Amino acid sequence: MADPMKIRASAKEGVTEVKVLMSHEMETGQRKDSSGNLVPAHFITEVTAEHNGKQVLAAQFGTAISKNPYLAFKFKGGAKGDKLAVSWVDSKGDKRSDEVLIG
Amino acid sequence: MRTRLHALVATVALGIGGTAVAQGSTMDEIAKYREMLADGNPAELLEMKGEALWKKPRGPRSASLEQCDMGLGPGKLEGAYAQLPRYFADTKKVMDAESRLVHCMMTLQGFSETEATKNWFSKPGQDSDIEALITYIGGQSNGAKINVPARHPEEARMAKVGEYIFYRRSGPQDFSCAICHGQEGKRIRLQDLGKLTSQAGAGAAMSTWPSYRVSQGAVWTMQRRLIDCMRQARWPEPSYLADSIIALEVFLQKTASGTVMQTPGIKR
Repeated sequence: MADPMKIRASAKEGVTEVKVLMSHEMETGQRKDSSGNLVPAHFITEVTAEHNGKQVLAAQFGTAISKNPYLAFKFKGGAKGDKLAVSWVDSKGDKRSDEVLIG
Repeated sequence: MRTRLHALVATVALGIGGTAVAQGSTMDEIAKYREMLADGNPAELLEMKGEALWKKPRGPRSASLEQCDMGLGPGKLEGAYAQLPRYFADTKKVMDAESRLVHCMMTLQGFSETEATKNWFSKPGQDSDIEALITYIGGQSNGAKINVPARHPEEARMAKVGEYIFYRRSGPQDFSCAICHGQEGKRIRLQDLGKLTSQAGAGAAMSTWPSYRVSQGAVWTMQRRLIDCMRQARWPEPSYLADSIIALEVFLQKTASGTVMQTPGIKR
């Protein structure tokens, strides 16, 4: 199973800033290993964020994004103690969801 | 002919001026790059993983590492990394964070040394428990002052040995650590080289390990850093947890003492 994400979310003057660090290899499928074989592609394809169950961000990721991706974004609304959930799905169908309370 | 030569001299002079300016701004740009990286240091992911590993019962004895004594008492990790290496009475040895961790994995969890150190560093597709655990332990000293006075006779002896190794020229290139790291204001390609014999220089270096290396996509421990330094100097590579590496660490930590730790770090 995939390793947990690190999520920080803080609300200030009606705007919530979210910083997410995802743990993922993000293999492009173009790299070769030491014996010359292609390393199969394996990367995050979709990322979504929900504030109290309501979607505030949907993103499509691809091979141009680095290993262990870092994503920061802001959305209007959100208050201390609200739930913020981030989920991703990758090219092999692996999933990971993590949740934090907005600070 | 003469005019052409003059023109050439002028170009060369301009060229030198241009390089100097470019160098300053390149350093600024690198500093900016580091600042941007620091906001999302992937080492924090490894820190979380290390914390879970620390608390999880593992090994033949199915025990966690929570009773491990890193020098401040069983289970006390806050500030522990910043006061290592130190002399441990139970093993009668000067140990660094990594050798002490392996000692705990053997005595508490029942791993053999071979099992415990099998994956002491990660490779693509192969995780390292030690890397994760050391990232967590190192992170627990974030904000603590490095404090390795090396007052115990054994520690003082190791500091002396470390100093000797630092200045000793050897290997096919007749190289020593001091050649690159004994002077102020030197660089190799675009990398600034720290002067590790001053408190400021050693402090800047030692306070930021364990560190995520962007170029490697992995956290490097101090042992890995120093062993790779030996390789780069074309010296025979010491084995993991070698006393020579611990001696160098004592020398460098002693010099760096007083510097505030910023762990886990992030580097090129």
